[in-house]
Amino acid sequence: MEKFTTLNGLVAPLDRANVDTDQIIPKQFLKSIRRTGFGPNLFDSWRYLNTGEPGMDNARRPLNPDFVLNQARYQGASILVARANFGCGSSREHAPWALLDFGFRCVIAPSYGDIFFNNCFKNGLLPVVLTQAEVERLFHDVAAFPGFRLTVDLAQQLVSYPDASRAFRFEIDPFRKLCLLEGLDEIGLTLRHSDKIHAFEERRRAEQPWLFG
Amino acid sequence: MASLVAPQTLYDKLWASHVVHAEDDGTTLLYVDRHLVHEVTSPQAYEGLKLAGRKVWRVDSVVAPADHNTPTTGWERGIAGLEDPTSRLQVETLDANIRAHGARAYFPFLDRNQGIVHVIGPEQGATLPGMTVVCGDSHTSTHGAFACLAHGIGTSEVEHVLATQTLVAKKSRNMLVLVEGALARGVTAKDVALAIIGKVGTAGGTGFAIEYGGSAVRALSMEGRMTLCNMSIEAGARCGMIAVDDRTIEYLRGRPLAPRGELWERAVAHWRTLRSDDGARFDREVRLAAAEIKPQVTWGTSPEMVLPVDARVPDPDREKDPVRREGIERALAYMGLVPNMPLTNIRIDKVFIGSCTNSRIEDLRAAAAIVRGRHVAGSVKLALVVPGSGPVKRQAEKEGLDRVFKDAGFEWREPGCSMCLAMNADRLEPGERSASTSNRNFEGRQGAGGRTHLVSPEMAAAAAVAGHFVDVRQWR
Repeated sequence: MEKFTTLNGLVAPLDRANVDTDQIIPKQFLKSIRRTGFGPNLFDSWRYLNTGEPGMDNARRPLNPDFVLNQARYQGASILVARANFGCGSSREHAPWALLDFGFRCVIAPSYGDIFFNNCFKNGLLPVVLTQAEVERLFHDVAAFPGFRLTVDLAQQLVSYPDASRAFRFEIDPFRKLCLLEGLDEIGLTLRHSDKIHAFEERRRAEQPWLFG
Repeated sequence: MASLVAPQTLYDKLWASHVVHAEDDGTTLLYVDRHLVHEVTSPQAYEGLKLAGRKVWRVDSVVAPADHNTPTTGWERGIAGLEDPTSRLQVETLDANIRAHGARAYFPFLDRNQGIVHVIGPEQGATLPGMTVVCGDSHTSTHGAFACLAHGIGTSEVEHVLATQTLVAKKSRNMLVLVEGALARGVTAKDVALAIIGKVGTAGGTGFAIEYGGSAVRALSMEGRMTLCNMSIEAGARCGMIAVDDRTIEYLRGRPLAPRGELWERAVAHWRTLRSDDGARFDREVRLAAAEIKPQVTWGTSPEMVLPVDARVPDPDREKDPVRREGIERALAYMGLVPNMPLTNIRIDKVFIGSCTNSRIEDLRAAAAIVRGRHVAGSVKLALVVPGSGPVKRQAEKEGLDRVFKDAGFEWREPGCSMCLAMNADRLEPGERSASTSNRNFEGRQGAGGRTHLVSPEMAAAAAVAGHFVDVRQWR
């Protein structure tokens, strides 16, 4: 997994609540057996005026000029500011894959769907939780100031304005933080406990043999 | 004698009995008993295993079907019936991965027992009380109906479970949803699920494990309990569960993968302990009176946008919160609805009876009872019945339900996920409106530009006949 340490990036806003993973990456693109290549179809049904299908040349599709990520000022954004319950719904990990493939490394929202939130950490995409009021402030400032950027410092757990006029602290689970900072392979970490897993399994097999075989 | 152990919830018990290792900060390695695998969320996981030179930790924990992509027609043509080349590659990739890595049971495309992963798990007895059940699919919460700790995971976690038989997890908080009293005629588990989501909101259960209880829940069949637990994720909770009782045990008796003989007796004795202790503490409690629940219809693009069938489409002008108001306006624009119109005036184009929420035999019986001797309205372009599995389909045919549906103008299809997520050819065209027994009314869920109204099987069947929503309580 790619490390996440600090990020200074252009911010884009997505001003709607309950954005589900079906919107982040529609089902027709889940037929891929790869982890990459989903970026051109991120928010596909909002981003294009026609219906997307796998195999299309996305560069030739008509863009929806009203969709925020199509606006010139947000090109190259790597931080997405979103509303409550972002990433609710389907467990598809293609959602963080698509956000990453598009160029986002960090999402900032007041809350997330549980499974999406979890999936982000497995892929080096940092989902920051800020308060409703802090997120409101960011929505205001990203609209007010073209070229609005933020610095996200994971070690310090801070989201700060480049001119240091504001900084918001965020909480993060220590284990997840470590994995992101170091880019650790979680399976490798777990396998250090192989003996414990074997021991648990043998005890369980003896006590509840109907669960095995 | 006072117990030394504090009273535990069912979730506390399930969690505690699967802890392999816990760090001081609560990060836990949780043992996984049953790993359900399907074609859409597993290829990258198997690829990851291969790249790292790892193998599957416990092959006999894996049970897999191909279900999301598979067509519901053309099975007589064999694999050629799977016309979409990308879908076919995904299905064949699962075949190859199961061939290479093994499984306790595999139900490939065209198998007579193939079906939706959350239908076949319990049907085969692959889901047993007290298990942890995971799957790369958010509706894994379904299996909580059997007092399992069951929830959806992402593909990286699928790989993690394949390689280590564990998940890295943190414990959720406990929520109790109590539904007391008797449901009115025509009100089903689906309506209870939608009413709960309407009450707590689509994020109301986020961070919680839900236990459903109360006399109305205990009175539900296992099929109904699965419907209820299935929709937990639509309330934001990764898992929902119900205590074991006689009905749980009778459902499992004799299932192909359930224990037999002396082992069965031992298992049952253990399963009977799988309930919350008296006095167990929940972090949140929600109560509903069963008698007050009416048949539900969603009107918007989130499952929380739901109302009783006798209500009217909401008016955004009455919503004070600006984010919510904008959400309502956007949903009404997408859904092509005007404020204050009665829900029963909404006319539909297509009807879908199926999905991991409502495709079991009881669902099909209930829908058939509504349409028997009647006909789908002329204005309805397509009415589909997609059984949840091969065994459900054969049982329905044995009871003559297929004839009832076909005589009424429904199409009787082969099993699969079908129009719930429209990864196969079954879908809504832009602007088309469905009455659907599935679980999500998200924008484009059933096809780009499609408009979904979630309802029970009875409500979907009645809407098919009438051409618009009707209050099934008044159906004669």
